[in-house]
Amino acid sequence: MTTTSATPRLAVRHLTKRFGALIANDDVSLTIAPGELHCLLGENGAGKSTFSACLYGLLQPEAGEIEIDGVTAELTSPAKAIASGIGMVHQHFVLVPSFTVLENIVVGTGSGLRLDMTAARGRILDLSRQFGLEIAPDRLVADLSVGEKQWVEIVKALYLGARLLILDEPTAVLTPQESERLFAIIQQLKASGIAVILISHKMNEVMRSDRVSVLRKGRLVGTVTTKDVTRDDLTMMMVGRPVAQVHARSKPGAGETALSFTGVSLAKGGRTHLKNVTLDLAAGEIIGIAGVAGNGQDELLEAVAGLVRPDSGSIHLRGEDIGALSVHDIARRGVGYVPSDRFRDGLVSDFSIAENLILGQHWDERWRSGPFLDETATRRSAEQAIASYSVMASGPDMLCGRLSGGNAQKVILAREFAKARHLLLCNQPTRGVDIGVIEFVHGELLRKREEGCAILLVSEELEDIFALSDRIAVMFRGEILGIFPRHEADIARIGPLMAGHAHGAAA
Amino acid sequence: MIADLLETSIIISVLAATVRIATPILLAALGEMIAERSGVYNMGLEGTMLMGAFTAYIGAYYTGSLWLGVVIAMITGGLMSLIFAFMVITLKVEQIVTGLALNLLGSGLSIFWLRAAFANAGQTPTTPFFDTVPLPLLSDIPFLGPILFDQKILTYVAFLLVPATWYFLFRTRYGLELRCVGENPKALDIKGLNVAARQYAAVVFGGLMAGLGGAFLTVGSAARFVPEMTNGRGWLAIVIVIAGLWRPVPVLLATLVFSFLDALQLQIQGIGVAIPYQLLLAMPYVCAILALAIRRSHSGAPAMLGIPYWRR
Ligand SMILES: Nc1ncnc2c1ncn2[C@@H]1O[C@H](COP(=O)(O)OP(=O)(O)OP(=O)(O)O)[C@@H](O)[C@H]1O
Ligand SMILES: [Mg+2]
Repeated sequence: MTTTSATPRLAVRHLTKRFGALIANDDVSLTIAPGELHCLLGENGAGKSTFSACLYGLLQPEAGEIEIDGVTAELTSPAKAIASGIGMVHQHFVLVPSFTVLENIVVGTGSGLRLDMTAARGRILDLSRQFGLEIAPDRLVADLSVGEKQWVEIVKALYLGARLLILDEPTAVLTPQESERLFAIIQQLKASGIAVILISHKMNEVMRSDRVSVLRKGRLVGTVTTKDVTRDDLTMMMVGRPVAQVHARSKPGAGETALSFTGVSLAKGGRTHLKNVTLDLAAGEIIGIAGVAGNGQDELLEAVAGLVRPDSGSIHLRGEDIGALSVHDIARRGVGYVPSDRFRDGLVSDFSIAENLILGQHWDERWRSGPFLDETATRRSAEQAIASYSVMASGPDMLCGRLSGGNAQKVILAREFAKARHLLLCNQPTRGVDIGVIEFVHGELLRKREEGCAILLVSEELEDIFALSDRIAVMFRGEILGIFPRHEADIARIGPLMAGHAHGAAA
Repeated sequence: MIADLLETSIIISVLAATVRIATPILLAALGEMIAERSGVYNMGLEGTMLMGAFTAYIGAYYTGSLWLGVVIAMITGGLMSLIFAFMVITLKVEQIVTGLALNLLGSGLSIFWLRAAFANAGQTPTTPFFDTVPLPLLSDIPFLGPILFDQKILTYVAFLLVPATWYFLFRTRYGLELRCVGENPKALDIKGLNVAARQYAAVVFGGLMAGLGGAFLTVGSAARFVPEMTNGRGWLAIVIVIAGLWRPVPVLLATLVFSFLDALQLQIQGIGVAIPYQLLLAMPYVCAILALAIRRSHSGAPAMLGIPYWRR
């Protein structure tokens, strides 16, 4: 670190990238020193992923110069970027589920007919030991938890010899505990001189960086040293206005029971997903489900949406047993469902925004004129949704696959919030969206609540849960270990339950 | 009469015929397996085999060399799959439709060319054909010897391709990369490797093998070309890849099952059992349909099979 500290690891000058008329990166210049943790901050669609893709050679900028360790680099392909020492962990996993961890890491490397798997395994174990990444080389990637997949992605980049590591929203899918681990790993990377570019919408994470560059609508607003600024300064730079985090809310009304679970259990593939869940949710009430991901939250919502059938127990929606109803019939009863994996379960990437917004309800009178789809009506409502959710898009015809991650999430929210007349099932609604949108989503959720909609909210962001819930339930291994009114719930009570430590007499 | 079938000499002749009948199907199926491992369906196998059969015949007829015929058939198969690869990998045209078009091309072109070459298409001349090459020592093993080791060179090649493709897919660097392309091409793309080049290579290999399989039908056994003589073998090879879970050894087993049924029906017909021969002829195909119906899930299928890769 003594010799190289003068030359920056990365210097970008006047980088510009256009998509047709849209300027995704407009004259961006920045430098990053070896061992620096540099955050890229910006609203959804500000151009962060585009900037990373240009550095990794996946996109070709129209103008600009890139220097790595003082040497000009022509990054026209990922091969050249890798050769220059750039590594990247993408916003969505790029792994082969049917391969082992080892195979995922070594595929595409090496020379000659055969790969020296023993040597590769040794190097991988060395890397993981050096940086504190726990990975088991022989496990199938399909069997890994989300966090473990993220460690594999990082080792993949390090194995290729990355000296500059770009992490595009790695924490969006991680539990808070896993995010802590990630920061410990980043500390190790920094200590060995690797520069890290971190993209995140979470302010507490951004505040742990050395410097922050803020992008707004493709332009670099500025680069600041983190310890000289506050969160509010950064928010101002990013959104151009202060963001209020608190919303006024009324007392919970004693509405009728909108949704009730009675002794619902579900086991699948030898694992218990739901264990004797009994829960009542009133109209106009928000119940937040706290818990580490993978403890049955997904299945709880899927059971209500009709995507999985419980083995025993019953679920009643406004007094009606929905056990035998199809997904479609349940949705028609005014149930909205925001799934956690947006691209797999929420959107059709090759459909336009307008089409995705009516997906599953295209039979509705509103979108039809006779047997045909009513183009004008769908377009008009799509334009409305784009405006009110401030989706950054060229128009209702833009394909959803081209939207930035957060903007794709907004399309799902717009559709499902509109669909939810009586019940809204929300799984990680604020995953990957910027703080301006979080504020908006919180406002919308509370508005739906005022309208008498019942809301079941699953989130790993305790901030979401505390800010919105009337009652908070903690799930662990498919079981509800405790349920508290919001004013009685705090981290000290909820934290141990999330880890499965039932307190008091319950053992 | 049925009892005749249990005589040792008959069993040996049925099993030896099974191995012989398996040859062209196994060649095509192993080639298709490699192509599909890269994520590309080649539904044009039937047409490619047919052109292989035809060009081997015409090549051997004009050059007088059986081996030149074989080489010409492979080149033809390779060229046809190159056209196919350009359409579906570079232009990203629908794979199934393009494959079907390739079948029409093979069928039409072979008949047209046959008529153009020989005035009397009903009475085409014959060529010589490959003899069996008994392997020293091995062919003397009782029972197994005459079944496995008294065959034609192309048969040995086909069976040796089973361990060869297995080694390639599961033990070499290129095999791992190929499987990666079929499962998640982006995972290879972001390591800076060329996805399309690997798909081209796999598809062209499939074409070479289909051409070789076709050649076996003419210069390997029939010694003449008859229109539509592949008779569904290309389609059978596609079914076999599915039934064989995209793995070399199960593909071999599936090929042997179908070929055995075919050999059996020939033998039964030969000794004149009173079953309508159409029923017997249909046996391998009925079995293929059953095999597809029984295989409920597509476990083993490359995840991106049939889906063109776009970098987004
Ligand atoms: N292939 C493409 N074609 C057209 N427009 C695109 C394409 N890729 C990205 N865009 C647009 O470029 C802009 C920047 O997108 P980018 O993905 O870089 O945003 P981002 O800052 O990463 O946002 P997020 O926080 O939501 O992930 C967006 O408006 C997006 O719609
Ligand atoms: Mg992004």
